[in-house]
Parts: sequence; structure tokens; C-alpha cells
Amino acid sequence: MNARGDMATKGAIRIQNVDKMYYAREGAVQAVSDCSLDIRAGEICMIVGPSGCGKTTLLNAIAGFHDITGGAIYLDGEMLCGPDRPKADPGPDRVVVFQNGALFPWKTNLENVAFGPVVQGRLTKAQANEKARGMMADAGLVGVEHNYPGEVSSGMRRRVEIVRALMNDPKVLLLDEPFRALDSLTKSVMHEALLEIYYKNKVTIFFITHDLEEAIFLGHRVAIMTTRPCKPKKILDVDIPHPRDYSVLTSPRFRSLMEETVNAVHEEAVKAFEAGEKEM
Amino acid sequence: MANVIRATSAGEIGAWDMFTYRVSKWVRSPTPYLMLVGFMLFFGAWFLLSEVFRFWRFASLPGPRQVLIEWFNPNPVYGMSLYTPDYYVHVWSSLRRVLYAFVISTGLGVPFGLFLGWSKTFREFTFPVFETLRPIPVLAWVPLAIVMFRGEETPVIFLTTLASFYATALNTMLGVQSIDEAYPRAAACLGASKWQIFRHIIIPGALPFIFTGLQISVGVAWFSLVAAEMVSGEYGLGYLINTSYVNVQYPVILIGMISVGIVGYASSALVRLAGDYLMQWRVRELALGAGR
Repeated sequence: MNARGDMATKGAIRIQNVDKMYYAREGAVQAVSDCSLDIRAGEICMIVGPSGCGKTTLLNAIAGFHDITGGAIYLDGEMLCGPDRPKADPGPDRVVVFQNGALFPWKTNLENVAFGPVVQGRLTKAQANEKARGMMADAGLVGVEHNYPGEVSSGMRRRVEIVRALMNDPKVLLLDEPFRALDSLTKSVMHEALLEIYYKNKVTIFFITHDLEEAIFLGHRVAIMTTRPCKPKKILDVDIPHPRDYSVLTSPRFRSLMEETVNAVHEEAVKAFEAGEKEM
Repeated sequence: MANVIRATSAGEIGAWDMFTYRVSKWVRSPTPYLMLVGFMLFFGAWFLLSEVFRFWRFASLPGPRQVLIEWFNPNPVYGMSLYTPDYYVHVWSSLRRVLYAFVISTGLGVPFGLFLGWSKTFREFTFPVFETLRPIPVLAWVPLAIVMFRGEETPVIFLTTLASFYATALNTMLGVQSIDEAYPRAAACLGASKWQIFRHIIIPGALPFIFTGLQISVGVAWFSLVAAEMVSGEYGLGYLINTSYVNVQYPVILIGMISVGIVGYASSALVRLAGDYLMQWRVRELALGAGR
């Protein structure tokens, strides 16, 4: 698709004064309050914050799983949700990769990857299978097409799921701690795989994580969120040039960015801990 | 073990290969031998209590030797054995009724359960009625069934269907509710319509629970069939058991009971096989899990 270094022209997300309040047993909870964040087209924006701070609520609002109670979210200038329509419609322009993985266990990996274009009626099953095979091969997923997701390693499942999302040429990839359950070695392999996929596709990535190293390694910017209600506390520019590889981790610049992030996040984590926030 | 399956390229594994693989694994495991020991202990205890020691009330119970001799007797004392055509008429009548009842209860129960789980509105107005009818025992329906339905067959089939329907519908509903929220969400993200989500996510996602329900369903079908046949009908194993009691032909009661047990076991096994066939993904996952 785009050459390396080219910024994509699609997939800019504008989050404008978003509020989200919901009612739980303990009463009204303000999960997100007056949250504004501009994500540029083709940017990898990492969202970091303490557990239960409302990051996922924000992702769900963009994806169209939840409504918002105030503000608006735009994708390339078009309103996804806002004052007149509190809930966006989920769609293939914003595909989510879920925390615990959501490959359909009853479909083979290939059927999973081909699912999107087929149900949308964009491709026939044969065309979709062919494209899926090609994209899986590009992502190093050869020989597992006819396996069920339950038969391959968790790292492989994650890759299949990311490829399934990319099959739809989405404008935005919404990742909700996709590598949380992986061990650190698999995780590092997945990071490089994700970047490789990103360099080929240049899609906007909205990536929620707890892992600060992951955040700085992958992101163009890291948005550190306050504990509930969620809003950006600090936005960090990661001025390490892409393409990156794992040698970056030991560079002094990486270290100093890491320090800066740790301080900001720690403050919020302590607040969250004292408030007794539940894991969400 | 897992490697054996993977190495032959899992994609091309047919149901038959899987079946033979599992049978050979089964024969090499302790499972069948433990099963044999279990049966031997059961029949041994029965034999000792009823025929050898004639212990307490067991003295009035026909012993397994006596039952087997009668069952395999070309000239049965009480006129009922593997050699009399009447025996097969009874077995077939019951089998046919269970088959009808099972088909009807599955055909109605699965869609009903799917909608119960899928649509909150549908659930809210039908589930309370469903839950009120469910505890009413099959036997309480007998008079109504006889009044409502004509002939000998339909009341029995109706009674047999009832409990099966509840088991299937309830399990199907739970199956839909057990589906991880992430699956329908992921499908919506990928552009699936509501109907496509129903077809590609809800139905296959609920399948493991549906088949649990179907296994319970065949079980209770036999259970209620025999009850129904004891009150109405002129053939069938339940009828046979009841008339043998009335005519004081005790070994025949046991022949009837054991026949229900065997045919019932076989029918649940068939349902399980059908489930495995439809849920290869699950079979393979479990096979891997066991091999790890």
C-alpha cells in the first residue's frame, strides 16, 4: 500500500469533550469526563492508564458498542457519535482486536480471516479466501489456514485476528490490550510483527495497554490517562523515528521517555489504587 | 497424541479418521475395561443378592440369570424374548415414539431457545409462561393429553415431547447467553448484519449447550415415554413393563427395563456422535487438551 514513511490520509479520529456516565450498583459512575484527543491519520496512538480508568469505555464508544453521554467523536470529519446520535454503528472501518481474543472458535483461521468481506458482500467466498491466504502468508501464517484457532498458539491467534481486521481495509484498528495474555518473549515477537504489518498498511492504530515499554516502543504518541473519570493527563511525543526495532529499547532516549511516563502513570495508579478501582 | 493429529494436516482430517483414531485410543485406555468391571460388579451384586443369598426383599426380585435365560429363550415361559416378534413390536413402538418426540422437541425447542436467548423482548413475554409450565410433571398432563389428542399414538408422543422440549429449549437459551460478548461484537465490527450474527455466531456458539440439551432431551424422552406408555397405548416397552406387572410376569418387567436402558444408552450415544460431527472444532480442541 503506502510506501514507508508516507502518512495515511484516512483514519483521523477526533475525540471532542466526550463524557460517559453509566449507572452501576454503587450509583452513577463518571467513566469518561470532558475527554478530548486528536489522533492523526496513520498514527499509532497508545493509550495508557490505570486499570478501570475508562480507556476501554472510550474504545467501545469509538467502536460503537456503547453510547456516550456527552461530546462527540469524529472519524475523518464525519461524526460517529455525538449529540444527536449517542451510539455509533459498529462497522468495518473501525475494527477491534479484543483483549482476550475473539476469533470465532468454530471457524478455521482462514474462514475467520475471510469472514469480513464475505458478510459485507464485498467479495465472494472464493475471492475472500484467496485474499485471506495472501494476507496470512504476508503475516507469516502459512500452514495454519485450516486449523481452528484453538489449535494454534496464542501468539499466532493474535496475528490471525489482526490479519482478520486488516482484511477489511479499516481506517482504524482498535486494539484493547491485545498482547496482555502473552508471555514477554511472544510479546516482543508480536510487537515487531505488528510494526511490520503497520508499515505495510499504514492504518491508524488506537492501542490500549498497561505496558509502558510496549507503549513507547510502538507509539508515535503515548496518551497517559487520568484515573476515572478518564481524560488525557499528558501526551508524550515519542520522537524515536520509525521503523523501529528492538535495539531501540536500550537507547538513552527510550530510557528517558520511559522515566517520564513512569512518573506520570505511577501518580495515577496510586490514585486509582486508593480509590479502590476494580479491574475492568 | 496431539502431534499425531497435527502431523497429518488437521485440515484434511475427516470425521471417519477422527472416529477410528478415537476408537483405537479408547481401546488402549483403561476406560472400556473399567466400564466392564463396573457392569460386572453391578450384575454380580444383583445376582448374589437375588439368586444366591436371596437376601431380604431381593428374594422377590428376578435374578439376572433368570432374566437372561428368559430373554434368550426360543420358547419363553412368559411369551416374551428375543425370539418372539412381539418383543420387537414393543421395542420398535417405543423407539418410533421417541424418535418422533425427539424430532418434534428439537425442531421446536432449538429455535424457541435461540430466540429466548437472542431477544430480550421475546424472553420477557414467553419465559415466565415457560417456567410455569415446566415444573408440571408429565404424568399430570396425562388426562389432558388423552382428552386433547385422538387415537393411541398422539397423546403418548405429546407427553414424550413435553419434557424433551423443556430440556432442549432451556439449554439452548443458556447456550446463547453463554456466548462471550466479544464474538457478536467482533462480527458486528467486521460488518455482519444482525441476521448474519445470528447465523454465524449465535447458532454455532450455542451448539455445545444445544447438544448438552439434546442429550438430556433423549434421556427424558425415554423417561416420559415409559411413563406415558404405562397409562396409555397398547404397545411399547412401558406398556410391556406395566402389563407384565399386572400379569405377574416379573422377569419380563426386567427384560423391558433393561431394553429401555440399552436403547436409551444407544440413543444418547448417537446424539453425542452427531454433536462431535457438527463440532469438529471442539473435538479437536479437546483432543489437543488431552494430549498436552
